[in-house]
Amino acid sequence: MSDGANIVYRYDGSYQGFLCCVARCCNERRLPQAIQLLDEPQGTLFDVQVIDTQPHLAQQVERSVKERISPQVRDMLRRGYLTCMEEKELRLIRFLLLGYRHGAKVTELSVNEDVHAIDKALLYLKNEAHYCVEFLRFTDCGNFLAATLTPNNRVLPVIAGHFTQRFNTENFLIYDKTHGMVFLHETGAQSRGLFFLTDSLELPEAGAEERRYQDLWRRFYDTIAVEGRINPQLRRGNMPMRYWPNMTEFQPA
Amino acid sequence: MDLFDKLEILTDAAKYDVACTSSGVDRPAVQGKLGSAVKAGICHSFAADGRCISLLKVLMSNDCAYDCTYCVNRRTTDSRRASFTPQELCELTIEFYRRNYIEGLFLSSAVVKNPDYTCELMLSAVKMLREERGFWGYVHVKAIPGADPRLTEELGRYADRMSVNIELPSQQSLKRLAPQKSKEKILAPMTQIRDGIRQNSKEIVKYKAAPRFVPAGQSTQMIIGATPESDRQILALTEGLYKIYSLKRVFFSAYMPVVEDRALPALHTPPPLLREHRLYQADWLLRFYGFTAGEILDEKNPDFNPMLDPKCNWAVNHLEYFPLEVNTAPYELLLRVPGIGVKSAQRIRAARRQQRLTFEGLKKLGVVLKRARFFLLCGGKSISPLPMDNPIVIAGAISERSPVQRNFDAPEQLSLFAPGKEDQVKCLTGQI
Repeated sequence: MSDGANIVYRYDGSYQGFLCCVARCCNERRLPQAIQLLDEPQGTLFDVQVIDTQPHLAQQVERSVKERISPQVRDMLRRGYLTCMEEKELRLIRFLLLGYRHGAKVTELSVNEDVHAIDKALLYLKNEAHYCVEFLRFTDCGNFLAATLTPNNRVLPVIAGHFTQRFNTENFLIYDKTHGMVFLHETGAQSRGLFFLTDSLELPEAGAEERRYQDLWRRFYDTIAVEGRINPQLRRGNMPMRYWPNMTEFQPA
Repeated sequence: MDLFDKLEILTDAAKYDVACTSSGVDRPAVQGKLGSAVKAGICHSFAADGRCISLLKVLMSNDCAYDCTYCVNRRTTDSRRASFTPQELCELTIEFYRRNYIEGLFLSSAVVKNPDYTCELMLSAVKMLREERGFWGYVHVKAIPGADPRLTEELGRYADRMSVNIELPSQQSLKRLAPQKSKEKILAPMTQIRDGIRQNSKEIVKYKAAPRFVPAGQSTQMIIGATPESDRQILALTEGLYKIYSLKRVFFSAYMPVVEDRALPALHTPPPLLREHRLYQADWLLRFYGFTAGEILDEKNPDFNPMLDPKCNWAVNHLEYFPLEVNTAPYELLLRVPGIGVKSAQRIRAARRQQRLTFEGLKKLGVVLKRARFFLLCGGKSISPLPMDNPIVIAGAISERSPVQRNFDAPEQLSLFAPGKEDQVKCLTGQI
């Protein structure tokens, strides 16, 4: 397969769309210069090809990855697409090509540049998802709970399951402000969870009851530290400051 | 007294308790119940002292009948006293939990009137939380030494983890500083909980629906630095506790002078934080690295080296094992190389099955060579900048503040927040 043909692919930014790019690369037996989103400003002298999203084709690609490489690589592909890795599309495609050559053991070639980069990106995704599970804070808005996140990776699909199970008795929504993505969980006869995209989301003001619990929590947080051991560096190491703005204990009363 | 003041007083009294872990049990969620528990535990915040906040750590009451010299809640100090009602405690736990502030409840208590009465108070709160409110999250309860075994047994049916504080590392110290407690009284509930857990694990094999007893195991803690025991004694005791009582964790708490007493260090003595740190490092070596207490400290060196962590200390005293060939060394010995942890050792073991490893390859695996480079060979080659024949030279080179460490071009460690290419551009354009 030749590398670096003078072509740029553009697609709609969906996972299915990306899988169609994979299919095109395999069919044409060459890799493009770059893969861009449809709404990115066009600033290239290369030929541009727009890749249509075909759900049926996308499904075929996933099945092929699962059967011809391994189910584990299929999962890595799905999660890899959620990361904020630079040039993630090209890297993932090169990873798949390597996978078609080496089979399931491609995941163990951790010294290869692409595999290494993907491992790193997946670790970042996993760590950030874990931070979000830890530091996410719900606000009681009357008949549902709401939380806002500002992650670098698209962690919402990774963490939604945890909250759906744990808070199966609650109506709640989690808003990923960075990527404009919302996860909504409804209880009831047929409890369900769904994802949707939105540009902005207005949440209602906290009521008196909610403010009382927030104040109680702040009181607890301020009391639990032992004065003789104050250690801001350790706290920042364990809980990066990037997450603080969304956390109740750091918001003014 | 309103709930705010109560929460403040009873948190303030509980904060010297070390354990705040929510680990040890995987309990999948159940439809219609609030909560779940995951084996590794989840921290939900970190306090200004950098310690994790995982559970709502409070006392049921701080109105103590005992007079232990080292304790803030001792009967003879003049402090504000308060007690939660079971309703208040349930309300706080549930409301904090559903906002994702906490992983569950850590309930301890001062001895109100007598151990039995205290145990019943705690039991009523935990029972209400589990049965009436259907709470399915994590609960850690302190067993009260001297209470009726039937009460301890019942508490264990509602709790995930139980702990009994052994308080001080020796019987003499206990006699001197906590006259109402004794070794026998403390070890009795610990033995009971251990036997309960063993019994329960047999029942579970027979009947899947058998009620669980303390599924996340038991832990304990002791105060370091208030009494004259050596590090070696403390470590031997720790090893014994893991072996004999099958504890999940032993916690150490650097003594923080809170009360003035002739039997204790003076009020402004700084807490021995480095010693506590070294003890935790050694504790890790016992639990995950296959070391024994006798290997870490011996009769000639009964205390930790302040300049070197226990693993490095062992390595420089046993240079006969090194250097190790990365591609062939047994896993158990890789674990003993300073700078190589369980994760790195596992990665090396997996990667070397596929290809021969070089130092470059090790870096890509995320193995930090800062210290390990002195002890490793890759394909027969060493990158140690110093001759390996003098242990003192090596000890100096791998100690925490050594210039050799400072000048070493740190290999890329997997970091979440390393600046990327984009940041460098932003720096130039003035956005950062």
